[in-house]
Amino acid sequence: MRGKVVIAGIGQTAFGGLPGRSTVSLVVEASRRALEDAGIDKERVDALLIKPPTSRPGLMTGQKIAEAMGLKPKFGMAWDQGGGAVVGCISYAAFLIDAGLCDVAVVAFSDNPKSGGSDAYTAALGDTATFGYVSAAASYAMVARRYMQQFGLTERQMGAIPVNARRNGATNPAAQLKAPLTIDDYLEKPFLISPFRRDDFSLVSDGGAAVVLTSAERARQLGVPDPVPLLGFGAGQESWNVELRTDLTTTLASTSAAMAYRMAGLGPKDMDTAQLYDCFSIVPIITLEDYGFCKKGHAGAFIEDGAVAIDGQIPLNTAGGLLSETGMPGMQLVLEGVRQVRGTAVNQVPNVRNTIISTQGGIMQTHGTLIVGR
Amino acid sequence: MTRDPSLLPLPEKNPAHQPFWDGAANGKLMFQRCCNCGHAFLPGREECPQCLEPDLAWEEASGRGTLYSWITYHRAYGPAYQTRVPYTVGIVVLEEGPRLASNIVGIADPEALTIDQPLELQIEMDDGIAIPRFRPAGPA
Repeated sequence: MRGKVVIAGIGQTAFGGLPGRSTVSLVVEASRRALEDAGIDKERVDALLIKPPTSRPGLMTGQKIAEAMGLKPKFGMAWDQGGGAVVGCISYAAFLIDAGLCDVAVVAFSDNPKSGGSDAYTAALGDTATFGYVSAAASYAMVARRYMQQFGLTERQMGAIPVNARRNGATNPAAQLKAPLTIDDYLEKPFLISPFRRDDFSLVSDGGAAVVLTSAERARQLGVPDPVPLLGFGAGQESWNVELRTDLTTTLASTSAAMAYRMAGLGPKDMDTAQLYDCFSIVPIITLEDYGFCKKGHAGAFIEDGAVAIDGQIPLNTAGGLLSETGMPGMQLVLEGVRQVRGTAVNQVPNVRNTIISTQGGIMQTHGTLIVGR
Repeated sequence: MTRDPSLLPLPEKNPAHQPFWDGAANGKLMFQRCCNCGHAFLPGREECPQCLEPDLAWEEASGRGTLYSWITYHRAYGPAYQTRVPYTVGIVVLEEGPRLASNIVGIADPEALTIDQPLELQIEMDDGIAIPRFRPAGPA
């Protein structure tokens, strides 16, 4: 599959608080912009794959969006994998295109939890609420605590993740949270759910983003100005609830990455930037290890030594990620990966050939890896 | 008949979980064991997640376990928890094998807990619910 399918175009709305905008409106705007970027007419779209709004799950989401876009796609669906769905949808679209079953696919996401309410993230549900074990943040904090205790990750090392995200977001005009963060600022804030402080939490954001996919051959025929090839993708689903997993410090992100590296014929040393899902600080720490950028248990020192800075060994989340650019569950990472390969990123890393992207959902229950490059 | 939101939420009405809560009300910590393959687990289910057979039995746990991880809430995620913060939730590994999330009680400083430390059962009545919680194990 390496290089047979390309990301032909990318599009996004503004990020932040967008009161009065519906999730359908945001997804239509993002898709329109992505089609404009690709230079492809919407009449060619015959697959529409949607990651549904996290805060507003519904029925027939993919079909409602197709109607709003005036489309009757052959393949139309909403994919339920939480934040992992973004790469799940792109992977499935790539299979459809490679099999010759569809010509042009749009993969899109939108949500409006900032202006429309985000109770879905924190609602007390099920038996665990009787113990006060509520909110997704709590389960990620459970992962962080185990990792810190098992490998000696310090609070200062964990704080280096949001500090890096905010440094990159500060120079990104599209970022929702541009205020820089020092490690002392980070450590001064009280725990919300220990070991997490405020800046370990993903932003809550309104917005939409979309990508247009087609075959490399079709992109040439249509004169797509700057297609970025998909070199590899992978998946791995940890699936079980956090309290039932026997190991919280390694995930099937490693399986997912191995699949993507094999398809691409590349390894971690070939990656020039990493756009890794960072809904909470602990997640990219574990993903850096599971993706082979450093040994298990060594990510804290790796990050503290500057390896993930723009001029480091593997620049991480160069537009700010979920901790600074937008809390959107993953599509912004794909867009930034494409910009880095195109050479059009705000915080452009010199001479980027390849970028690895991770998305994950639930509490590290789902995982998808994407490698884009030339 | 809606429950006062300032009280702890009642456990979900789920027949597969009911023996766990009924056991707690009788002073016991219960878990499920598969009669086919012997796998021991929580939460209660209709089929064994290891061999997929439906022949399951409830057993009483010793109440001894270890702490896999824990967190402490300093922010309340709902009215039921406002008067309770800070409180601690841990992942407990029972010596029989099942794992569950529960409260860790009887601790002066939650940041001083350590992973894999021994715990013992302490069932507490709270807002009318018998809740199986855990405290650091005393000297054997």
